[in-house]
Amino acid sequence: MSGSIFTSSIGKKMFMSISGCILVLFLTFHMCMNLALVFSDAAYNAICGFLGANWYAVAATAVLALVIVLHIALAIVLTLQNRKARGSIRYRANAHENGVEWSSKNMLVLGFVVLLGLIFHLVHFWYKMMFTELMGAHEVAIGAAMVAPTDGAAIVRYYFAQWPYLLLYLVWFAGIWFHLTHGVWSMMHSLGLNSKVWFKRMKCISTIVATIIIGGFALCAIVLFLQGNGILPNPLF
Amino acid sequence: MNLTLEIWRQPNAKAEGKFETYVVKDVSTESSFLEMLDILNNQLIHEGKEPVAFDHDCREGICGACSLRINGHAHGPESEVTTCQLHMRNFKDGDKIVIEPWRSRAFPVIKDLVVDRTAYETILQAGGFVSVNTGGVPDANAIPIAKDDAEESMDAAACIGCGACAATCKNGSAMLFVAARVSSLAKLPQGQVEGARRAKAMVAKMDELGFGNCTNTGACQAECPKGITINHIARLNREYLKAKFRS
Repeated sequence: MSGSIFTSSIGKKMFMSISGCILVLFLTFHMCMNLALVFSDAAYNAICGFLGANWYAVAATAVLALVIVLHIALAIVLTLQNRKARGSIRYRANAHENGVEWSSKNMLVLGFVVLLGLIFHLVHFWYKMMFTELMGAHEVAIGAAMVAPTDGAAIVRYYFAQWPYLLLYLVWFAGIWFHLTHGVWSMMHSLGLNSKVWFKRMKCISTIVATIIIGGFALCAIVLFLQGNGILPNPLF
Repeated sequence: MNLTLEIWRQPNAKAEGKFETYVVKDVSTESSFLEMLDILNNQLIHEGKEPVAFDHDCREGICGACSLRINGHAHGPESEVTTCQLHMRNFKDGDKIVIEPWRSRAFPVIKDLVVDRTAYETILQAGGFVSVNTGGVPDANAIPIAKDDAEESMDAAACIGCGACAATCKNGSAMLFVAARVSSLAKLPQGQVEGARRAKAMVAKMDELGFGNCTNTGACQAECPKGITINHIARLNREYLKAKFRS
């Protein structure tokens, strides 16, 4: 009579938050990995080496893909159900409710921005760095040159030296930042890990986590652009 | 003060509704919002027109009968106030006021501004109570309860079940209402006995009745006339997940 956890409203929130949590952890790892490139191409390529054609890297990628699909599928199901629950007639007058974050009401839209960026990102980085290697190719075309797929640093540096790429990535990062400022505290809240005392702290932690992750990504992108255009020395130190 | 009102008119549940514009003159700033509507209705009756139907009962802000979405806010622009306790001093002479019924699939309009909120009662019947044997009233001090717990329980118990939360929520979710009921009882030893069963049954009933899923926007707590916070939703989530994993 009490229904399944998989179909209940709180159950779906739980899966949304667990999948979101895994994605936040992945982003944290990815950001740390990118920071290595700011300091040393060799260090970055060493990490890329671990994540190339190895069974554990492929397994982790598959899990990650599954989690992303689950997160998106749940978001679509929840949104459709919620629109139906709202009813067919909309309010004529609308006003801003006190203390409601813009991002909390636009998570699906932000999610689409994140997804579009992700597809773009996968096509020109993941495809060239991991997929090509998995297919057994030893060279990949980057602009006019041919580079080994294991030379991640060269591939990344090639793209980030161009301002349109930098700009697109910064817009994407902004979308992820907004998504995370709501997502991180919301994930704890949905799991019941929040209270009167922790409520404001959770929101603050959420903003800090989002800013550290996105700040790290943006820093890498900007440093690479500046190095690529001879404004900053490469290596930096 | 003189006001222009845009009010949703719908003759019955099946009929299509539309907005009608009315002008009310010489309204005292001391009158309540519902008294202002009474004045409008007197005027309409004198003109031989159908008065506007709206819900009200105690007019003291404790029964939860009044509703109304006023200029985009549930219970009007003032915070932590029900429509019946909202006074016209919150408006200015010449204001245009848009008055709409609660909009949520689970709260169908019966007539004009009156909606059917039976869904909330149905959720309560599923588990929002403490089962007791009848008999004498027990001594109030027989079970010691920490002051903080008693206060948090009372904060949640302040919910009057008016429906503002589900009506405001962009997802049409009743989570704040269910959370208030589950949380107020979960904080007390008398309520904890049936806590797991209550959380599961009330959430299942809420989902079954077609309410949406909570996405933690917090719009409900901003509009709640009793200041119930979404911290209670965190407790509901905790209670529900604990109950589910233990069963």
